[in-house]
Amino acid sequence: MSRHTLSVLVENEPGVLTRVAGLFARRAFNIHSLAVGPTEHEEISRITVVVDVEDHPLEQVTKQLNKLVQVIKIVELDPESSVQRELLLVKVRADAAARSGVLEVVELFRAHVVDVTPDAVVIEATGTGAKLNALLTALEPFGVREIVKSGTLAIGRGPRSITDRALERVVRSA
Amino acid sequence: MTATPTPAQLAARAEAREQVRADLRAKAVTAEEVTGAESLVRSLEEVGADTVFGIPGGAILPAYDPLMDSKRLRHVLVRHEQGGGHAASGYAHATGKVGVTMATSGPGATNLVTPLADAHMDSIPMVAITGQVAAGAIGTDAFQEADIVGITMPITKHSFLVTDPAEIPRTIAEAFHIASTGRPGPVLVDIAKSAMQMNTTFSWPQDLALPGYHPVTKPHAKQIREAAKLLATARRPVLYVGGGVVRAGASELLRKLVDLSGAPVVTTLMARGAVPDSHPQNLGMPGMHGTVPAVAALQKADLIFALGARFDDRVTGKLSSFAPRAAIIHADIDPAEIGKNRAVDVPIVGDLREVIGDLLPELAKEHEAVGRPDLEGWWRQVDGWRETYPLGFTETADGHLAPQHVIQRLGELAGPDAIYAGGVGQHQMWAAQFIRYEKPRTWINSGGLGTMGYSVPAAMGAKVGQPDAEVWAIDGDGCFQMTNQELATCTINDIPIKVAVINNSSLGMVRQWQTLFYNERYSNTDLHTGHGTARVPDFVKLAEAYGCEGIRVESPSEVDTAIKRAREIDDRPVVVDFTVSRDAMVWPMVAAGVSNDDIQYARGISPSWERED
Repeated sequence: MSRHTLSVLVENEPGVLTRVAGLFARRAFNIHSLAVGPTEHEEISRITVVVDVEDHPLEQVTKQLNKLVQVIKIVELDPESSVQRELLLVKVRADAAARSGVLEVVELFRAHVVDVTPDAVVIEATGTGAKLNALLTALEPFGVREIVKSGTLAIGRGPRSITDRALERVVRSA
Repeated sequence: MTATPTPAQLAARAEAREQVRADLRAKAVTAEEVTGAESLVRSLEEVGADTVFGIPGGAILPAYDPLMDSKRLRHVLVRHEQGGGHAASGYAHATGKVGVTMATSGPGATNLVTPLADAHMDSIPMVAITGQVAAGAIGTDAFQEADIVGITMPITKHSFLVTDPAEIPRTIAEAFHIASTGRPGPVLVDIAKSAMQMNTTFSWPQDLALPGYHPVTKPHAKQIREAAKLLATARRPVLYVGGGVVRAGASELLRKLVDLSGAPVVTTLMARGAVPDSHPQNLGMPGMHGTVPAVAALQKADLIFALGARFDDRVTGKLSSFAPRAAIIHADIDPAEIGKNRAVDVPIVGDLREVIGDLLPELAKEHEAVGRPDLEGWWRQVDGWRETYPLGFTETADGHLAPQHVIQRLGELAGPDAIYAGGVGQHQMWAAQFIRYEKPRTWINSGGLGTMGYSVPAAMGAKVGQPDAEVWAIDGDGCFQMTNQELATCTINDIPIKVAVINNSSLGMVRQWQTLFYNERYSNTDLHTGHGTARVPDFVKLAEAYGCEGIRVESPSEVDTAIKRAREIDDRPVVVDFTVSRDAMVWPMVAAGVSNDDIQYARGISPSWERED
């Protein structure tokens, strides 16, 4: 199995996410993470989906995704030529005695503390999955109370925009 | 030149003026507000629909009021939504046009699940319109509420939920466009009752807003050249023809390719009739119950050219041992089919009419350059299989009618102009094997989903679409009991289909598997409808109760007479109850999950393949 990041541009309409997620489930593909949000064009939403899959089935799932009427464009972003980030919020046990140790880890990973109470802190961090895992490992000894993580967001490096051509289609057909 | 008009001319002019005024008045009315329901009916008229198979109910009720006044839409009131869905499918199969079915919310809509899944598997252009509860009630578990868009997402090509009446014309236009273009399929349009009741203005969209929908129809020239090169040099080529050829309306062009290539042709269950059975290169149906020559030719081929076929498991058998030495050219309008099951050497995405149209001159050019391929040795081999293993059947041991004989005679007497709609099971396989099809759209059946009960409603839809054709439903006693309520629809609406019930008093195909693989332990396959049983129900009495002619046939000598009599009756549907032997089995057979090399010609008899390498 290898990991692939797909950027899926879709029409910004109700039910699209269900169709995309349902297709992965139906064709027995495992979604590792999924993130969805608006783009610079209000007609288009962008789904970033990370899947663990071999090359041949990946081609099949891409073709199946392309068959969805509301899917406008699919681009695979490889890690070398794209920026990929996740967001992590983690609540760590940190009383007065432990706090400085926790803050040291936060500093090392260039994370931020976004909430402080006498017994705990909430830390915000962004980065690749590997960096965030390393941060969690470092925080583990203090006592991790709660973790919430976003799916991966990814964007290609360089000046080109994958939404430009997709938008042409939207404008043409409107 | 002027002349004094005659009184008749004056009257005619006055009449013409009055007509113009009336037209203007009518136009003024169209510019006025309409209800969403009126907009729906207008949209269906505008998109060119002529027939709707449906049943009203609470949420769709507003649509039925303007439907009553429509001059261009015929609504056929079916007895069950499943019947309506399959009828729309049969109509689409027989005509190539989009079939339309209509149902209410909740149970009406869920009863369409099977026809939608069926149409999705067999690429049938269909639009299903369902009523939904009022927009404000959606999500509250309201009476007769079901999330039919959610339920049918995996079994439709696309679906819409409409809550704004202004969206109705555009949605209908898009639904018909999606259903009928690219790889055809079913589209669901779920319309909230409130949207049908609200006022709106009707305006037919000039273009469609489908930025993500662009089916590729024009094949890539390089791939066409590559295909021509392979086809011109292969020593053991086979054309593997699927239902896509029928959907694309490419049969005539295909005939040219068959003749030009000189290659053997196999026609799948969905493609029977795409190439005439009388064509000397047609080896018949491949697959689990295919002919030995068709199965063997694919297995031994060095090149398979798949056209609108999808390497279904019923065709390939055990995939890893399917056609091990064949290079594959795969042409299909759906890119996702190419390489899905079998790796492909030359992929061609496109409309088969364009694919074949582009290929013919390229192939002729190749022939000029390298000469026509010498297929003599290949044909000797293929003809050897044809001689040794022709399709056939043995007389029954119990003295009862042989079902194959009935179906064969039906095909011979009704001929190649009739339309045959099959159910699912043994009778379906025999109908695919023993009827000689000469034209596309004359064999209608449920191939992918294998929907028992398909034939009666599908035959009904086909007869509505092709009223001048003789339409036979070839059904089993199990299938027939699933959807025979549509005989009422046929009788009441003057849709005189003919039904041949191949009554072996059991779920025959399941029984065959029990015979072969479950030590003849017949668990729950006895239906008590045939010889020496209580005959529950009695199909002749059932036919009569529905206002049909009922005929029972029990001996070989009655077969022809009954078929002839059925063919003479055209003022009501006919049901012929052929009570046949239950021990007849479908042969040849490749058991599920085994290699096509292990095809059995008859029970325990496998062809011995000469080793050529």
